[in-house]
This record gives sequence, structure tokens and C-alpha cells, in this order.
Amino acid sequence: MRKVAIVGVGQTRCGRRDDVSFPELVHEAVKEALEDARLDIKDIEAFITGSMPAPMSGINAPHLYWADAVGAYRKPIIRVATCGTTGGSIAHTGYYHVASGLFDVVMVVGAEKMYEGDPQGVMTTIWDYRYERPFLAGAPGVFAMQAMEYIHRYNFTLEEVAEAAALLSVKHHLAALDNPYAHIKQEITVEDVLRSRIVAYPIRLLDICPISDGACAVILASEDKARKITDTPVWIKGLGYCGDEQLLADKDLVWWLSAVKAAQKAYKMAGIENPVKQIDVAEVYNPFTYQELTFYECFGFCSRGEAVKLVKQGFFNKDGQLPTDPSGGVLCTNPIGATGLQRIAEAALQVMGRAGKRQIPAVETAFAHAMGGSYSLNSVFILSRSK
Amino acid sequence: MGEEIEPRIIEGALSLPYRWATGPVGAKFLEGLKNKKILGTRCPKCRRVLVPARKFCPRCFVDTDEWVEVGDKGILRTFTIINFSFVGQVRKPPYIVGIIELDGADVGFTHFIGGVDLTDIEKAARELRPGMRVQAVWREERKGDILDIEYFKPVRE
Repeated sequence: MRKVAIVGVGQTRCGRRDDVSFPELVHEAVKEALEDARLDIKDIEAFITGSMPAPMSGINAPHLYWADAVGAYRKPIIRVATCGTTGGSIAHTGYYHVASGLFDVVMVVGAEKMYEGDPQGVMTTIWDYRYERPFLAGAPGVFAMQAMEYIHRYNFTLEEVAEAAALLSVKHHLAALDNPYAHIKQEITVEDVLRSRIVAYPIRLLDICPISDGACAVILASEDKARKITDTPVWIKGLGYCGDEQLLADKDLVWWLSAVKAAQKAYKMAGIENPVKQIDVAEVYNPFTYQELTFYECFGFCSRGEAVKLVKQGFFNKDGQLPTDPSGGVLCTNPIGATGLQRIAEAALQVMGRAGKRQIPAVETAFAHAMGGSYSLNSVFILSRSK
Repeated sequence: MGEEIEPRIIEGALSLPYRWATGPVGAKFLEGLKNKKILGTRCPKCRRVLVPARKFCPRCFVDTDEWVEVGDKGILRTFTIINFSFVGQVRKPPYIVGIIELDGADVGFTHFIGGVDLTDIEKAARELRPGMRVQAVWREERKGDILDIEYFKPVRE
């Protein structure tokens, strides 16, 4: 297998983007990525694209709708759609294209226009129509049950977990102010979070990501090409991907098998034995504050049931032992098909040392995550300055 | 490119009808509900009882080979109170959804939780706790559908 590097990233401004059509939005990210890598569209050999299931945008086979916008005229274009994980899944697919030796330079594009449809209605239709669909209410309804189970599993009081969740929300909202691409830019307090409206008990409005319109593109290249394209290639040192059972009620919602396994696989490939020591910054896919606590445990950032305590100690803050989501994360920006790829783009910018105001000093190794499926898929990337 | 004009929004909708096959295992499970029975199937390899009944075990990837009737009572594993609206929603919020570990089953069962006053969501939440016993409340008129169970209600035993 060949080494694969990230050589360019492009992101659009995210939010309510009624100013552009869906293909125009995609086009913005594609052009940004080409400019970032100083490449021409003719240099891209293949395109891997992805977004949520088609009902999100109301147009079937969205990659066909985007084909002109990504520049896929007379070139291969593939669509991968795994719900929230999409950004991770398309990056995996792009990696396979280059690592296999079949392609030298490929572009991965993820995008969503969530203001054009009814996102929670669409997400509810991923569930089995006979058994679970009538009950499962969008993303908040599902992840709220994870939150309650987490609280119960480790004998926490709701108050102590709610406070840690609120601290995460405050931290990410503050970070998003430094991210020019972020959607929600609002300084908030712990009290604001704890007093915000209950959306799906115990989850409150400020514990939840927004819906966003936005796009992200990442260019991957083989070693030979990468060295010619850039002085700062970001090497994909490890990657892992794992699924779970289909029905929600079959799964362990707290010690989440697919998250644990995806991280373990990526760590093994990248030679990571102690994530906290060896990872300098992590872009965790964090649409829900309570869920983020469980991810820290599944990824081995701390032991089981320990995340609440560590969040309160500032362990994951910008100046903490393992800074997480200096971009503000999913909690402040969530164009779903792009969201997982944004984690990879942001982690790559950290490794390149080009993350602007959100830069963490001296990043050698970064972690990038995506979560989705029907509460079933997790993707992990380990990016590094060295091969 | 000349005069700039404001981008427009075009409104539309997709409405697509379907006809979904339950398969024989699904049909027998749904028929069971009509008769106030909750049926599972047992995996011959891991011996777990799977509810709703499955044709095959997701973990062992072998066909199930035994029907098992499980209880209509169980333990509430987790719950949430839904307080937002979306297209296609079955109930008007607020309402409670939970995962129940039915007596005799080895996996969870997703359904509504009811019999709790929802005027004040936080007060209602305090009346529920993971680990409490719940029992199915069956509809008078059943048609072989997951909603033949109206909801599960907390019970003292």
C-alpha cells in the first residue's frame, strides 16, 4: 500500500446559504481546495463525493447534480452516503483510491444544504419502518437516550453531567469565534446552556449542533505527487472504520463498539499506544455535548466514566493536556455531509500550522473523527507531519 | 455578468408511496402483537433472544431457529422526552420514548413510555428512572402493528 497525504483543503463559509444553489456551494469548496494546493482542475484524476441520504436535499443522486460543480467532466465520480459519517467515509474511499496505486491525485468533496429540507424528518426515515421509526425522533431523540444511559451507567447525578456538558458547549462556542468558516458565533455562559430550552430531555438547545449549509473539499495525493505539490504534506498515518448492529435497541449506546474499534484500528496503524501523549489535538465529531463525553472514553482519551471529571478540570481545553475541537467542532457548524470532512480538514490545517487563530502550538499528530450511520458508524483518522 | 438580482427560493415537495414486505418472520411477529403477544427468536449460536423477532442474528450471522414469547413487562433501560417537531412525526410533542429490556429478551425494545403527566417536562423526568419496571398498555383494537402497544407505563411490583 502506498503512503497518502493531504495536500490541500477548501471550506466554505457555513450557515444559511440561500445566496447560492447547492452545486454553487459545492463549487466554492472545490475552488478553495484547488487554490490551496495550487493545482488546476485537470490535475484531479477522480472525485469522491458525499452528502446525507438524498431526501435531505430533495434531489436524487446528488453527485450527478454536483458533477459540473466539482469538475468531474470526463472523470470518475463516486457517491458515498453514510449519514453523519459521510465525511469520514468519503475520505476513507479517497485514501483507498490513492493507496491502491490506481490514482495519484483525487479530490474528496462533502456538502449539505440542510436549510432546503426537513433534516429531523429525513433522519427519522433511516430507521426500520416496522419497528423503530415511529419512536425515534431525529438525531436529538436518539442521542438523548444515550445521555440518559451514560448518566445511569456510571451513577452520576444529572446535574453533574449537565454541568460538564454545558462547559463543553461554552468551550466550543468560544472556539468557533476564531473559526472564519463556523456557523454559530455567539459567546455563551454555563447558565445560558442550563437555562436553554429542553429539546429532547436531558438535552437542551445549547447542547446541540445547528443545521448548516456548507461544503468542504480535501485533495489527497500519492507520496511522489505530494512532495511536488507542497512543502507541508499531511500524512494519513492511520485510519479506522467500524460499524455496529442496525436496530438502536440492540446496541450498547455508551461503550460504543464502533467508536472503540475504529479508534483502536487507527491507533494500531499509526503506532499510537498512549493517545493523550501522542496526539496533540483532536477534532472529535461532537454534535451533542453529552455524547462527546462518551467519545472521549471510547477513544481512550480517559478511562470509562472519567470524562465528566476531566472536562471540569479543563483537560480538553485549548491549553489542556489534549485540546479538542479548536474549530468549535460540530456543535457550532454542521452541514452533515461535509461535517466529518471538516474535522479532517481542520486537523490537517493544525498539522500544517495554518489554522490561524485556532492553531494549537507545535502540532505533530492530529486526530479526526466522524460518526453516523444509524447510530452505527465511526471513522477515525490519524494525521501527522511525519510519514 | 450584468445586473445583480436577489437569488430566489423555489418551493417543492416529494411525496413517494411505498409498499413494504415484512417477510415471514416479521409477519409472525406483527400477528403476535394482534394477540397481545411479543415474540422473539433465539439465536442457536449465542442463545440470545432477539426482539422484535429476527430471521438472523446480527452478531453471529446465523439464522434463528426457535420462537420465544417474551414478557410484556420489563425494565426501562433509558428514555428521553421529545420536545420538538418534525415532518412525519407520529405523536404531538411532548412525549416519552424509551428502550425497554423485556422479561426474557436479551436485547432492548424501543417504544413510547406513557402514563406520566407531561405538563412539566422536568417534573415528568423525575418520575422516571432507568432501571424501573414498566408494562405494555395494549390497544383495544389491534391490527398487527408495532403501535398495537399504545405505550409502556411505569408499574410498582
